[in-house]
Amino acid sequence: MGRQLLLDNLDKPGINTLNGYQETGGYESLRKALQMKPEDIVAEVQKSGLRGRGGAGFPTGMKWSFLAKPPGEPRYLICNADESEPGTFKDRYLMQRKPHILIEGMIISSFALGANTSFIYIRGEMMYVYHILQKAIDEAYAAGYLGKNILGSGFDLDLHVHCGAGAYICGEETALLESLEGKRGNPRIKPPFPAVKGLWGCPTVVNNVETIAAVVPIIRITGEEYAKIGIGKSTGTKLISASGHINKPGVYEIELGVPVEEFIYSEQYCGGIRNGKKLKAVVAGGSSVPVLPAELILKTANGEPRLMTYESLAEGGFATGTMLGSGGFIVMDEDTSVVKNVWNFSRFYHHESCGQCSPCREGTGWMYKILSRLLDGKGETKDIDLLWDIQRKIEGKTICPFGDAAAWPVAAAIRHFRSEFEQYIKNGKSDVKHYYRINNLQEI
Amino acid sequence: MARVTIDGHTIEVPDGTTIVEAARKIGGDIVPPTMCYYSTLKTSGGYCRTCLVKVTKGSDKDPRPMPKLVVGCRQTVMDGMEVQNITSPEVLEAREGVVEFLLLNHPLDCPVCDQAGECDLQDLSYGHGDEGTRTEFRRRTFPMRNIGDKIKLHMNRCIMCYRCVKVAEQLCPERVHGVLNRGWDAEISTYIEKAIDNEWSGNMIDVCPVGALTDKTFRFKSRVWFTKPLDAHRDCDVCCGRVALWVSGDAVLRVTGRKGVYHEIENTEDGKPGWICNTCRFEKKNLSDWVIEGPRHIDRHSVISQNHYEQLKQLKQDLSRQKLIGEKAHNN
Amino acid sequence: MATNKEIKFSDDALALIEKIIKRYPEGKHKSAILPILHIAQAEFDGWLSPEVMDYVASVLKIQPIEVYEVATFYTMFNLKPVGKCLIEVCHTGPCWLMGAEDVVRYIEKKLGIKNGETTADGMFTLKTVECLASCGTAPMMQIGETYHENLTLEKVDTILEEHRNAGVRRTHWEKEKIKS
Repeated sequence: MGRQLLLDNLDKPGINTLNGYQETGGYESLRKALQMKPEDIVAEVQKSGLRGRGGAGFPTGMKWSFLAKPPGEPRYLICNADESEPGTFKDRYLMQRKPHILIEGMIISSFALGANTSFIYIRGEMMYVYHILQKAIDEAYAAGYLGKNILGSGFDLDLHVHCGAGAYICGEETALLESLEGKRGNPRIKPPFPAVKGLWGCPTVVNNVETIAAVVPIIRITGEEYAKIGIGKSTGTKLISASGHINKPGVYEIELGVPVEEFIYSEQYCGGIRNGKKLKAVVAGGSSVPVLPAELILKTANGEPRLMTYESLAEGGFATGTMLGSGGFIVMDEDTSVVKNVWNFSRFYHHESCGQCSPCREGTGWMYKILSRLLDGKGETKDIDLLWDIQRKIEGKTICPFGDAAAWPVAAAIRHFRSEFEQYIKNGKSDVKHYYRINNLQEI
Repeated sequence: MARVTIDGHTIEVPDGTTIVEAARKIGGDIVPPTMCYYSTLKTSGGYCRTCLVKVTKGSDKDPRPMPKLVVGCRQTVMDGMEVQNITSPEVLEAREGVVEFLLLNHPLDCPVCDQAGECDLQDLSYGHGDEGTRTEFRRRTFPMRNIGDKIKLHMNRCIMCYRCVKVAEQLCPERVHGVLNRGWDAEISTYIEKAIDNEWSGNMIDVCPVGALTDKTFRFKSRVWFTKPLDAHRDCDVCCGRVALWVSGDAVLRVTGRKGVYHEIENTEDGKPGWICNTCRFEKKNLSDWVIEGPRHIDRHSVISQNHYEQLKQLKQDLSRQKLIGEKAHNN
Repeated sequence: MATNKEIKFSDDALALIEKIIKRYPEGKHKSAILPILHIAQAEFDGWLSPEVMDYVASVLKIQPIEVYEVATFYTMFNLKPVGKCLIEVCHTGPCWLMGAEDVVRYIEKKLGIKNGETTADGMFTLKTVECLASCGTAPMMQIGETYHENLTLEKVDTILEEHRNAGVRRTHWEKEKIKS
């Protein structure tokens, strides 16, 4: 197991309370940060090479440096805790087990950005985590870490937690801002970007939970030290949510650069495929990223071992590669129907489309209907080409990246598993394992 | 000022001008079609994606091309920007895709739709769509609704352009209708049957690019191409009073705002908004209510833009007669 | 379900709502709409009737349509009456791989209802939902604020039995958490 910067001391009793967290050195980074100049904190984050952990992987320090600072106008920091990408559950795990690392990260980051009011936007389904965070915030206020003149530094910060109400699209940063303003979660048309006009028209930074939490160890060990972990531009540690047909599903903090093969088969991590089955395919970064068959997820097209880094997973482009995304690592064994899996994802995107722009509103539903027909054994060969054409006409044509997220899984399934689609068309549904059972369950 | 080149035509426009507005200044075939953008409604545009264009050069300062197609109605020009619209096969293909998406659930009930003949979606699909259809699924349907006693909402035809919502937000004192539900199921509605009851609500009909919002006083009265458009005005203490009358014989079948080449209600000559009030639209259905200015030239739409009525001698004679009647009535 | 009782938040709820509204800058109180609608579901039988939405609009001093637009966008708001115990089974991706369809079929059979329906006694409503970020402990379902993870059919039996015996309404914002 590599260095644990976020999940360390997780088993210590009381780590979810202020006292327990402080006993492991919690809020020391905040004390250190408040002695620094805000711009030095930004520089430290830039040096660390930290990249957004929500999925896009954009350099955090650079995002922070884009924040407009017009005099007399408030700035906001928003934590995106709307974790809804299928296959991703790391943020919930971290917030539930160690809420104060997020609170501490929020205070440091708000100080660095000059925000005096900050929000954590958590999805409504995680209401019990909302209450955990609210309790942690109350504790932090009582301890003088929040409110006026924090630890005598002269810096004021009010931190609030805000709950959503069931909409995947609110994980898109401008949809999140709309939702936080009390509206429908419709993504905004950019430009302007949130760094210039965000929450209530003011300059705003939106960062993922894990990104903000990572600021705490970066301040503790310095950006330079953090950048030494990992490979190349994939620095530091990353939380990976491992799920599907593996022996040990769960959240793992890896040093970026672990070989995929080691991650799947080592006892430290996923512990191999359950029931002694063979690996068929992996969706490596949440439902939106292209699925890869076993041979391409373990090794690149050049035969190099595939590593858990932003670059290595993307090696070969979409023809033979994928993305690290949010780190939602979904493993499928040899019995899985990739067609049915992509049908499932299509239903998800059809259900979650906000409906603002036409390619996404209409295209996601169309793809879902074609895939449903295919699963019903009523598909035709031309449906495969039609699906390909539809996803191509959605990708890159929509207001927000949701369109791409809906298109890519379909494209990748056809690209790598076309024969399985043909099998459905040829033999109808009887031939293919149609749905997955609870482990080893025979009858209901 | 910014110098922008669109399909090889260069023009200088004020900073902050959008690509679509710059293209409209050039005019002709290089103007990207728009379905949701409406120049006089703030924050309109960006939804339908028909005006997607390719920016091959960002600006003189930063000449990199933009990685994705951009919506011309929202993207502002930069000095030195180069844009491809109809010269880009990628744009034309994307637009064909958008037309297909917009028609996917559209009922294609043009034969019984009052908008037929002056419908932006008809024009768009003739101009930019492919022949035939590739969908075999049942189309999405919604119940028909009345929005008050003068406006019919035919949600099946709606393409979710949001223009009517913006009219309500920007013209009406309060908004009682909006977009409900989500995604595939999203619809324009009042949620509970509620009349939209204010003087400006009728403008929703004029901004609707399709036959989703239609004038109940004109419903099934005539195909638009059988009516003759006339420019007319009256003294109105609510609105500008400058309208287009759609006439058959002596009967005023319909009153609308005066729509220009891009099918948007034009500002008056003195630069005031051309929106009209519900009294002018729904209540003034006699020629004697109006001062007739003459036949209205229609630029854009498939059938009525033939403007055959302009050549009709008889009509001209009728007109002068009607004009006299109108002026007389007006002077009384 | 339909009663003529006056629609009014409890004193505890009003106090909480006031506190929530204060989190947002002056004039930006509309931001409080999502939490308030959650509280409204907890206070008014687990769903949002048009009357309740109109009431929320009056509390927030906004147009009713602004509430309808929001309430119909977010899937956690029930626009029709639901049973005391709304069973939300995740059926996305990883949960599907781990047998979510078994869970849904089993509950349907056990309660004699289809997805989306409510039992005749008004106790249970079954609803499939999209990913609840609990993929490592799949299959799973949510009742009220509680995540029930690593489900087996036996576990489903026990959970439903417990709720039937308790007989109390569960909502995402649990009623006892309105009291502060």
